[in-house]
Amino acid sequence: MDGEKCSPALFSTSIAPYSRPERRAGPARAPQPTGIATPDMSQPDAEIVQFDNVGLRYGTDKEILADVSFTLYPGCFYFLTGASGAGKTSLLKLLYLAQRPSRGLIRLFGTDAITLPRERLPGFRRRIGVVFQDFRLVPHLSAFDNVALPLRVAGVSEKDIARPVGEMLDWVGLGDRQHARPATLSGGEQQRVAIARAVIARPDMLVADEPTGNVDPDMALKLLRLFESLNRLGTTVVVATHDVHLIRKVPESLIMRLDKGRLSDPTGALRYPPRRATMSGADAPPAT
Amino acid sequence: MALFSSLFQRWRGTAATGDPRLLPEAQLSGPMPWVIAIMIALTVVAAASGLALRNAAQTASADLEGGVTVQIVTAAPSERLKQAAAVAAVLAKAPEVADVRQVAQEELNTLVEPWLGTRPGDDVEALPIPALIDVRLRGPATPDRLAHLRALTVPVASSARVDAQAGWLAPVFAAIGTLQWLAGGLIALLALATIAAVLLASRNALGNHRETIEIVHMLGGTDRQIARVFQRSMAFDAAAGGLVGLLAGVVTIVALSRQFARLGSGMVAGAVLHWQDWIVIAAIPLAGVALAVLTARMTVLAALRRML
Repeated sequence: MDGEKCSPALFSTSIAPYSRPERRAGPARAPQPTGIATPDMSQPDAEIVQFDNVGLRYGTDKEILADVSFTLYPGCFYFLTGASGAGKTSLLKLLYLAQRPSRGLIRLFGTDAITLPRERLPGFRRRIGVVFQDFRLVPHLSAFDNVALPLRVAGVSEKDIARPVGEMLDWVGLGDRQHARPATLSGGEQQRVAIARAVIARPDMLVADEPTGNVDPDMALKLLRLFESLNRLGTTVVVATHDVHLIRKVPESLIMRLDKGRLSDPTGALRYPPRRATMSGADAPPAT
Repeated sequence: MALFSSLFQRWRGTAATGDPRLLPEAQLSGPMPWVIAIMIALTVVAAASGLALRNAAQTASADLEGGVTVQIVTAAPSERLKQAAAVAAVLAKAPEVADVRQVAQEELNTLVEPWLGTRPGDDVEALPIPALIDVRLRGPATPDRLAHLRALTVPVASSARVDAQAGWLAPVFAAIGTLQWLAGGLIALLALATIAAVLLASRNALGNHRETIEIVHMLGGTDRQIARVFQRSMAFDAAAGGLVGLLAGVVTIVALSRQFARLGSGMVAGAVLHWQDWIVIAAIPLAGVALAVLTARMTVLAALRRML
């Protein structure tokens, strides 16, 4: 997050909308196959996510999330923190459209995600990269094929897959483990494959659930720097973690804290929109 | 089957747009090709039986369609022969009659031999066996035509009985019709059983790959992409099973036809399969593949619609 930061500013509708940083590198966006409805990004400067009084309950149990309201802006780096069981994973599930809320409004890429028809979901999901807490790699596929999966899903031809996937694996330090199955990879290696898979299609938003929970501190820092590099390329990053030390490594980040399903706002991230951010390509991912 | 599977797997790996890699090892289940092979073999045999029965009935019906038998049942042999000759003469002049043949007494004796015996001393000719006149009409033996023939014969032979030959075999035709329905019902049941097997296999495969499907969904995969993988997998299984089933069914048909050919019965001789019938039989595996693919697609899409 070099240059100008996503720092709080007085919220006003009259403020010029946040300019989405231009992408400087990375593979071309995966083409959308016919029949897939794409999100309305005709207003690229609009907020990327908006939650309004969102609640979530499973069955008749009490609400896991209650009255959650916030706005995420393009190109910013957010930490979602809170104790175990605070509802971080549930909130992220709502973010990456794996779950519908019990109440409230969610707007994603300028579109109402609550009333979004099911057949339009894939188009939105392709704009969101997800790093699952438990990695969720496909066990029968090699590291290469796992990373290539989002591109194949998007219908990218095989000849256009090999190079970017190879470079992405090199970038996460797994260039020599391309053909390894997940079961033969260490926790950190699996985590890096999961991250490579999440970013290979250059999503508008990256959602990572406890991405450093299974790796040593050195690897955690390395992964964090990787997220920062992506963020500098314009990807909005949302990292759920309860690791305070990790949060301190990114001082410019915006923090959302969940406490028993309710959201607090220690850095004002939810009250103030970010100012323009610019990128530095120092740690940029490979230009693929 | 392993060879087919290997070839299909190779082809599958290079199929369009990488879809097969969305779900690894998406082959629905090991025994599925064999289940389909059994279903197709039974369907082929049932269809061949139904078609052969239909052909036998059509052949017999065509033979008997214009056939009329006139019986002269007078007890006195001389009067019987006299009336038979008169009836034959009258009928030969009728415009709707193509041919009239009075069945010779020796031929009649031969016909009743199995029932009345041939031991020395048996006097078969002493029995009042009716005189028979075999009449061929130009066209079918309709009730109107039979009534007209009766009107012609009664003045010269009051004891004459005029019957359509097809009428005697009506119960046989009815039985053949029932057997054809039975074959059709059997085919329908086999189709239902195939649908049920595919449905269960698809659901089982969906359950086995649920986690991967969820991941593919989260990565933006569509229901149709996922369903296409299952469809393709089922198509390969069904094609392999269908081919084996067709071969097994044809071998069974050939073996059965040879057995029946030895009977030498006139009715059975008509129970042959024409080239059109073989086309129908050859189409059964294709229909099986289509049915399996459609069932897999609908099952998978219905299940995926319940997922977010």
